[in-house]
Amino acid sequence: MTATSLPAAAQPVPLRRPTVGTRLGRLVLPVFTGLAVLYLFLPIAVMIAFSFNDPAGRQNITWQGFTLRNYLDVWGRPDVTGPMANSLIVAVVATLIATVLGTLIGMALTRYDFRGRNGLNLLIFIPMATPEIILGASLLSMFVSVGVQRDLPTIVIAHVMFNISYVVVTVRARIAGFNRSLEEAAMDLGANEWQTFRRVTFPLIFPGILAAALLAFALSIDDYVITSFVAGRSITFPLWVFGVSRLGVPPEVNVLGTLIFVVALVFIGVQIWSQRRAISAVPEPRA
Amino acid sequence: MPRHWRWLVPYLFLVPGGLWLLAFFVVPMLVMASVSLQTGSLGTGYALTWNFGVYPEMVQAWAPQFGRSLWYALIVTALTLAVGYPMAYTIAFRGGRYKNVLLLLVILPFFTAYIIRTLSWKLILADNGFVLGSLKDAGILEAGFRVIATPMAVISGLTYNFLPFMVLPLYVALEKVDPKLVEAAADLYASRVHAFLRVTLPLSMPGVFAGSLLTFIPAIGDFINSEILGSRDTTMIGQIIQRLFLNNNAYPEAAALGFMLMAAVLAMVVVYARVVGADELTR
Repeated sequence: MTATSLPAAAQPVPLRRPTVGTRLGRLVLPVFTGLAVLYLFLPIAVMIAFSFNDPAGRQNITWQGFTLRNYLDVWGRPDVTGPMANSLIVAVVATLIATVLGTLIGMALTRYDFRGRNGLNLLIFIPMATPEIILGASLLSMFVSVGVQRDLPTIVIAHVMFNISYVVVTVRARIAGFNRSLEEAAMDLGANEWQTFRRVTFPLIFPGILAAALLAFALSIDDYVITSFVAGRSITFPLWVFGVSRLGVPPEVNVLGTLIFVVALVFIGVQIWSQRRAISAVPEPRA
Repeated sequence: MPRHWRWLVPYLFLVPGGLWLLAFFVVPMLVMASVSLQTGSLGTGYALTWNFGVYPEMVQAWAPQFGRSLWYALIVTALTLAVGYPMAYTIAFRGGRYKNVLLLLVILPFFTAYIIRTLSWKLILADNGFVLGSLKDAGILEAGFRVIATPMAVISGLTYNFLPFMVLPLYVALEKVDPKLVEAAADLYASRVHAFLRVTLPLSMPGVFAGSLLTFIPAIGDFINSEILGSRDTTMIGQIIQRLFLNNNAYPEAAALGFMLMAAVLAMVVVYARVVGADELTR
């Protein structure tokens, strides 16, 4: 506000003087965005807060008092830890398979030109655009028709199916900015194809693969809709949560939700760190 | 590898994943179509009788739920667009060095289970929960006021859960808009509103299409939000499909409903692919 201290006559007339109105106007968007982000975090904050609640009855909906008991109790309840273990097993296996299969497709799409590209692109996009309920319902139709017993393996099959597309898209996005001349340099220096892949290509695309695996893991451990169709009698964590929520949500649900969230934060941190490291290790000239 | 076998390399890469998608996505879709045309029961077994009559029957029986799902999905798409566009715009043009942090904040809630997020909403909207309960105690709201079990609750839950699906593609599109074009418009005496309407908005349309598709499609098939936040009066088509399949074992009827929903979705994807080009789909 130095302008006000000058005599008015000495001032050149500014082309566009920022009025109080436009100053406030420039604040509208950031404030709106800030509020929207708060809105996105509101349920998360509520989840975390109520994981420390000490509810009187089955209903964990009003604040009664702070306790850490929920965090200690949860481990001694096989009805909670059993489904959690199932979810972890399914998520780890499905993530491994989907990451390998999806990365291979991602490499094919970014590094080679081949017939059938458009068909493959559609085959990868449509599962992402299909409502989950249809993915689950169609798999159930097939498993019932063929007479397959539904259990953890059928859940893994379903999770790999819907994860492949997300892995392809994530890996592809990371490989797209990849500098081919680094590989050519390695070949010029006498490396064979396998050595080039092992020592140059793989370390460079690894952050992308890690990001894809993280996403696949998150989608898998979170899935309720498709899993409900193909689970048979086995119960995963989301299925268990949905089941107990009909009678009122116990605080254990919030505890596990909070723990998953914290673990996810840690993984994201590691991922960002590994990406930073990869970028700083190889200064890539912008092509 | 001999040189004349080189063309095989990309196929070696894509065959394992491609086969998985064929076996567990394409084939089940065909099986579902075939199941929808079968008659019989779980006890006596099913036979393919080409019973096309099930389709008009299902449309007639569940028209209100179909219509409601369509309505909710349209409203949710409009709401997420209204909230998501200013967000994506701000992050892309005003984010500066906080761009990536802001984007991360938009995705972060996704790392809590979908069901738990929705249950948290139920708690926030509960009749005598800490929000409405306090407002009622303070005399700001009438004692009878409720959100839970109304269409408003279901729509707000859907909007919340799908907002990031809208923001991310919008951001990707807006990020590509060259600020120099907007400056050029200003130099040519366009007002800020005018420059936005004639330059930024048209250039961001691919993001609007992508975001709308990625929000509308899961919203129309969703059943979690209505199941947890709604009532009998908010039943959506997804809930009907799930019940017919899992509780009633009415496989042909459920498959017919599922296949109709899929056909509608496919039509939208094909139109979208025509607009943006197939290779853009997985970029």
